Amino acid sequence: MRKRPKLDVRALPGKTAGEIDDRLQVATPLRRLLNKVFPDHWSFLLGEIALFSFIILLLTGTFLALFFDPSMREVTYSGAYEPLQGRHMSAAYASTLDLSFEVRGGLIMRQMHHWSALLFMASIVVHMLRVFFTGAFRKPRELNWIIGILLFWIGFTEGFAGYSLPDDGLSGTGLRIAHAIMLSIPVIGHWVANALFGGEFPGNGLIIPRLYIAHVFLLPGILLGLITAHLALVFKQKHTQWPGPGRTNSNVVGERMFPRYAIKQGGFFAIVFGVVALMAGAFQINPVWYFGPYEAAVVSAASQPDWYVMFLDGSTRLFPPWQLELPGGYHIPPLFWPTVVLPGILTILPILYPFIEARLTKDRRAHHLLQRPRDVPNRTGLGAMAVTFYLVLTISGGNDVIAEKFDISLNAMTWAGRIGLIILPPLAYYIAYRVCLGLQQHDREVLAHGVETGIIRRLPDGRFIEVHQPLAGSGHGDAEHAQLEYSGWVVPKKMNRLGALGPAIKGFFYPIEKPAQAPVSPGRPPVSAGDRPAVTDSPERLEDASRR
Amino acid sequence: MSASTTQGAAAAHDPATAHGRTEQPRGGIDLDDPTLSRFEVVREGARQDGVEIVHYEPPFPVPKTRGERRLVRIVTGFFLLTGLASTVFMLVYILWPFEYAPGADRSDWFTPLLGVSLGIALISAGFGVMTWGKKLLPHEIAIQERHEGGSAPKDRKIAATTLLYIGDEMGLRRRPILGLSLLAGLTPVAVAAGAPFIGALIKDPNKGHPLLTTAFREGIRLTHKDGSPIRPEEVSVGGQITVFPGVPGGATNRHADSPTLLIHLRGEDADALRANLDEINRGSMFGNFVAYSKICTHAGCPASLYEQQTNRLLCPCHQSQFLITDNAKPVFGPATRALPMLPITVNDEGFFVATSDYKVPIGPAFWERYS
Repeated sequence: MRKRPKLDVRALPGKTAGEIDDRLQVATPLRRLLNKVFPDHWSFLLGEIALFSFIILLLTGTFLALFFDPSMREVTYSGAYEPLQGRHMSAAYASTLDLSFEVRGGLIMRQMHHWSALLFMASIVVHMLRVFFTGAFRKPRELNWIIGILLFWIGFTEGFAGYSLPDDGLSGTGLRIAHAIMLSIPVIGHWVANALFGGEFPGNGLIIPRLYIAHVFLLPGILLGLITAHLALVFKQKHTQWPGPGRTNSNVVGERMFPRYAIKQGGFFAIVFGVVALMAGAFQINPVWYFGPYEAAVVSAASQPDWYVMFLDGSTRLFPPWQLELPGGYHIPPLFWPTVVLPGILTILPILYPFIEARLTKDRRAHHLLQRPRDVPNRTGLGAMAVTFYLVLTISGGNDVIAEKFDISLNAMTWAGRIGLIILPPLAYYIAYRVCLGLQQHDREVLAHGVETGIIRRLPDGRFIEVHQPLAGSGHGDAEHAQLEYSGWVVPKKMNRLGALGPAIKGFFYPIEKPAQAPVSPGRPPVSAGDRPAVTDSPERLEDASRR
Repeated sequence: MSASTTQGAAAAHDPATAHGRTEQPRGGIDLDDPTLSRFEVVREGARQDGVEIVHYEPPFPVPKTRGERRLVRIVTGFFLLTGLASTVFMLVYILWPFEYAPGADRSDWFTPLLGVSLGIALISAGFGVMTWGKKLLPHEIAIQERHEGGSAPKDRKIAATTLLYIGDEMGLRRRPILGLSLLAGLTPVAVAAGAPFIGALIKDPNKGHPLLTTAFREGIRLTHKDGSPIRPEEVSVGGQITVFPGVPGGATNRHADSPTLLIHLRGEDADALRANLDEINRGSMFGNFVAYSKICTHAGCPASLYEQQTNRLLCPCHQSQFLITDNAKPVFGPATRALPMLPITVNDEGFFVATSDYKVPIGPAFWERYS
C-alpha cells in the first residue's frame, strides 16, 4: 500500500545482527559458544545449585541492604514487635526487627537470604564431594579444585559475617567466641583481636560496620571473582564426563549448549529459586526476635551456629583442656587447636591432595574421564574417612541438644565424640574400602557370568541352578569365551536394564499411543517394545512364563 | 569459515554441484543451495567447531500426535499455573496486611502466602521449561573433540621466546641497576599503600590493660541489671543472681567483661569452699556469699547454667563445667582455668561492694595473660 518501502520488520533482526557483526565480528565466537558440547549427568548439577543460590543471595541481599542499619548505636526499640518495646538495643538489631515486621515483604527476603546461604554452603560441600569421589580434581583441574576450596572458606566467612550482623543474642555470642578464637593465636592473638574489634570486646561499635563492609562488599566481590574464574576454567578445560560408549579422554559426548542444555539450566534455576522461596515462606529461620538483643551476660542453651560452622563448634567442644604453658609465662590456650589449627589443616590438606595423589600413584597424565568411586577404593576410603570426621564434629556441635532430646548424659556425648573422632574415621575407611572391592568384584562377576535372572531351574539329575543372562555373546554357546572388559561404567545388573521388561506405558488417564523412548544414555541403550527378543528357549521366555 | 564461504561462492557459479550435495568435498557445503535444510547448515557449523552431531532424533516425528498434544498441554498448564501463582503473589503482596500485630492475626499468614505462591510460580515455570526442553526438543548426542595436553611445542616456544625478548627489549641484563632501583622504589610504595589498612587498625591491647581489668574496683557496688544495689537478703540460700558493676552503663555491653555471678551457698557448701580456698581467693568470700566471673575462661560465653544439686556451673556454648565449691575450677569440658573470684564484702549501707578488681584476669586465655 505504501509508496515508499518503509521499515521492513521481518528483515530487522537479520539486519541488526549484520550491523553488530560488522562492528564486533562475533559470528564465529557466537557459533562456537552455541555449539559447545556439555556432557550430561545429574551429579554435574550440584555446583549449579551453588551458583543459583549465589545469584539469589545477591538479589535478596541487595534488598536487605536497603533497610538494614549496620550500626551499634544504642537505641530504644519502639517498633511493632510488642515484647521488645522499650528495650535498649543496637540500631542493627532494631533495624533487623523493623525489616522483619514492618517492611512489606522484608521477612520473606530475610528468610530467603538465610535459606539460600545455607543452600549455597550445602551445595558447595556436596559438589565438592562429587568432585572428590569421582576424581574430577585430577590434572588438569587442580587449580579449579583449589578455587573450589577457597570458595568454601570464603563462603564460610561470608556466612559467619552475615549471621553476626543482626546483633541478636545468638550472633553476639558467636562474635564473642570469634573474639576468643582470635585471642588464642600465639604471640599476636590479642593484637589481632584488638585490631579487628577496635578494642576490648565488643569494641567501640566498630565490629558490626566492619563485618558489614566485609559481608556486602569485600567477600562477595572475592566470591564473584572466584566464581567467574571457576566457571571460566570449566568452560576452557571442558567438563569431565563419565566413561561410556564412544567416550574417550579426548572428546566430550553430550548435547550442544543451545538450546537443550541451556533450557534445562534455566528451568533448573527457576526450580532452585522456587524451592528457596517455598522454604522461606514455610519454614522459619533465625527468628532473631526470640533471641533478644545481645547482652554479654545472657546466653541460652542450644546456641548453635549455622550448620556449616557447627563442625568447628564440635571440635571446640571435644578438644580436651590442654593448655600449653611456655616459659616466660606465655600460654597457648586449648581453643587455638580446634579453631585455628584444624581449619588450617582442613584448608591445606585438600589443596595439596591432588598433588599428593598424583605423586603416590605416579600418575601425571591429564584425565577427562571420571572414575566410579568403587574403582578407586583408596581414595573413596579416604573420602569416607574425611566425611566421618566431619560428621562426628558436626554432630558434636549439637551434642547438648542431642543429650537433652534423647536424655543422654552430656558428658557421655562429649566422650562419645572424642572417642568417635579417633575410632570412626579409620573404621569408615576400612568399610568403604571393602565395599568398593565387593562392588568391583560383583561388576566383574556379572560381566563374566551374566545377570541374575531370578529363575531357578531344576536339572534332570535333580540339581537346582540359577539361570544367568550373559551380557556378551549371541547365545549360550560362546558366553564363556566372550568375557567383557570392564569399561569403568555402570554394569547392568537387572533383567529390566537389558530390556526384559519394555519401557513403562505412559499416560495418566489413558496410555499414549507408543511407549516413550528410553532415555539416550550410554548405560541404557534405547529400547522399545518391538526390540524385545523373540521368544525362544531363553531365560526371558522362562521369565515371561513365570509372570503369567 | 572463510574457506567454506569461498567454496560456497564457487559452487554457486556451478549449477551442477548445486544438486549433488553428496559430492561436495569433505567438510564443505553449499550455503546457497535452496534444498539445504537449516539443520544441515547447523551440523556443518558444528563440524567446524569440532562437534559432530552423531544422533539427532525429534521425539515426535509426526506432528500433533496424542503424545505430543499431551506434552504441549502439560507445558502450557505449567506456564499458566506460573501466571496464576504470580498473580496470587502480587495480590497478597499488595492487599494482605503485612505489619506485625500481637496475637494470632491475618498478618501471620503474609510471609507463608508469599513464599508458597512465589515457590509454586517459580517451580512450575521451571518444570514447564524443563519439560519443554527435555521432552519436546530433539534428543541428540554430539561429540566434541577435546585437545589433550598443552599447546603445540612450536606455539610454546614462540610464546616463551616473545617473553624472553621482552626482557631483552627492556635491557634488564644490560642495565641491571634499572631493575634494582625500580624494585627498591616500588617496594616502599607497596608497603605505603598497605600501611594505612594495617596501621590504622592496630590498637595496643596492653594500653590500660583492658583485657586484664574489669569495671570493678574497691568500693564499686554490685548491682542488678537496672543499677540498683543488692542486699544479702535478696539472694536466697542456694540461689544465684547475675550482678554488674555499679558504674554508668555497667550492665551494658560497654562492660562486657564484668558480668558476675553472685551465689549464696548453702552452709555446708560454703564450709567446703572455705576449707579449700585457693591462696589467691582467700578473703574474697563474704559469709556464705561468693562471686565468680560469669565470663567463661574458655571462649567468653556467659557460664550461666547453674546446677544447684551438683554445685556446677555449665557454659552452654562448649559445655565447660566449673565446680563452685572448689574455686570454680573446671571439672569437665575444654576450659582450663577456674572462673576468677571477685572479692566482695558488704558496706556500711548494707549493700554488696567489691573490695578490689578481680585478682586474676577474667575471660578467655591468651598468649600474654599473666595469671
